[in-house]
Amino acid sequence: MNSKEIIAKRVAQEIKDGDVVNLGIGLPEMVANYIDEDMTVYFQAENGIMGMGGVAEGDDIDVNVINAGCKHVLTNKGACYFDSATSFAIIRGGHVDITVLGVLQVDETGSFASHKIPGKRIPGMGGAMDLVTGAKQVIVATTHTKKGGTPTIVKKISLPATAVNKVNMIVTELAVIRVTDAGLVLEEIAEGHTIEEIQELTEPQLIVSTHLKKMFSE
Amino acid sequence: MKDKIIDREQFKAMLHDGMTIMVGGFAGNGVPEILIECILESGAKDLTIISNDSTHPGEGVSLLIADNRVKKLIASHIGMNPQTAEKYNAGELDVQLVPQGTLAEMIRADGAGLGAVLTQTGLGTEIEEGKDTITLNGKTYLIEMPIHADLAILRGSVVDKSGNIVYKGTTRTFNTVMATAADVVVVAAEELVEIGEIEPIDVMTPAPLVDYVMGGEPIEL
Repeated sequence: MNSKEIIAKRVAQEIKDGDVVNLGIGLPEMVANYIDEDMTVYFQAENGIMGMGGVAEGDDIDVNVINAGCKHVLTNKGACYFDSATSFAIIRGGHVDITVLGVLQVDETGSFASHKIPGKRIPGMGGAMDLVTGAKQVIVATTHTKKGGTPTIVKKISLPATAVNKVNMIVTELAVIRVTDAGLVLEEIAEGHTIEEIQELTEPQLIVSTHLKKMFSE
Repeated sequence: MKDKIIDREQFKAMLHDGMTIMVGGFAGNGVPEILIECILESGAKDLTIISNDSTHPGEGVSLLIADNRVKKLIASHIGMNPQTAEKYNAGELDVQLVPQGTLAEMIRADGAGLGAVLTQTGLGTEIEEGKDTITLNGKTYLIEMPIHADLAILRGSVVDKSGNIVYKGTTRTFNTVMATAADVVVVAAEELVEIGEIEPIDVMTPAPLVDYVMGGEPIEL
């Protein structure tokens, strides 16, 4: 598995039968590939789907159906469509169990930046600010370092905040980190890596959990 | 009852410089492309556009931005069209980013006769700058104001001649709230049908909210 696949597979373990889940564009979308087929998970797309399936191809494409990442998608049995106000009532109103988002930076207080690099790229926040406000659990899914090796996990974000103190968990290809009032708690590390190595690639001091374990171990 | 069916020339006659226009849809899905074409042909400029996003180059709102018709864009996401950020960074286009759920609710609030939106979305971020907050029952909320437009342009999958609208698949998005929040509401119909052909239970936008209907919107690709 490559880094992104490892992250997606580990995030998928957080999802329970019956959960309503919103996956951000890009890496988070891959989480859907690792959901146990015996579970019923309602994937919500903020443009107005509950019960979204995988990417549609060929004759299965319905030209009227896209996800928030502009891909034509399938819908599962029992799915429904709705308008943007209803979609964000579901999101903001606390009816989404887990939201998974990518970031440019995330810090030790659980704040993150994803919508703007001033003077350069300005994608905008889309639904991210509403998702982190309303979802019961906010999971950041990101590679541990950015291209060039700079840490994604920093002491304090330097880019404009997309969310302040909202993140519950950070999943990277190297570690699973819980955001707590005391700081960042290292709960799991990937096979073949050491605590020292992960600390080296992480700007803030990590608190090593007394229950530290290997990722994907029982 | 007045005839709501209009042609391109009648629609163009409604347009003028400096208008505020809501554009329905999401990333090119559910966007009234023929009405955007008419705005281009009309020459109307200095427009304020309220839309979820600036979609991809070559379609929807992007066509108006590329032709320098837009003075200000109010949207939640502009990442799919690099030109939007380029024009903003160059000072040629004003962009106000609004969280998607807040944008939907600001539009809904105007159309529903509500005085403001109280939301926790955006607290502590740049979205809070220059805005008032209120604390109720121990929780702090940002006060976001309703937003209104001179014109809303929508895309309907099936529309009857009185203006009842059905949106297929995910094309509903902002179309339903925008139908309530503008002085004039125009829908481009992919399929234009007679009154009575749409079952009442299937109607998503009630006819009295719609002022004008134009046929000929191509089927979504």
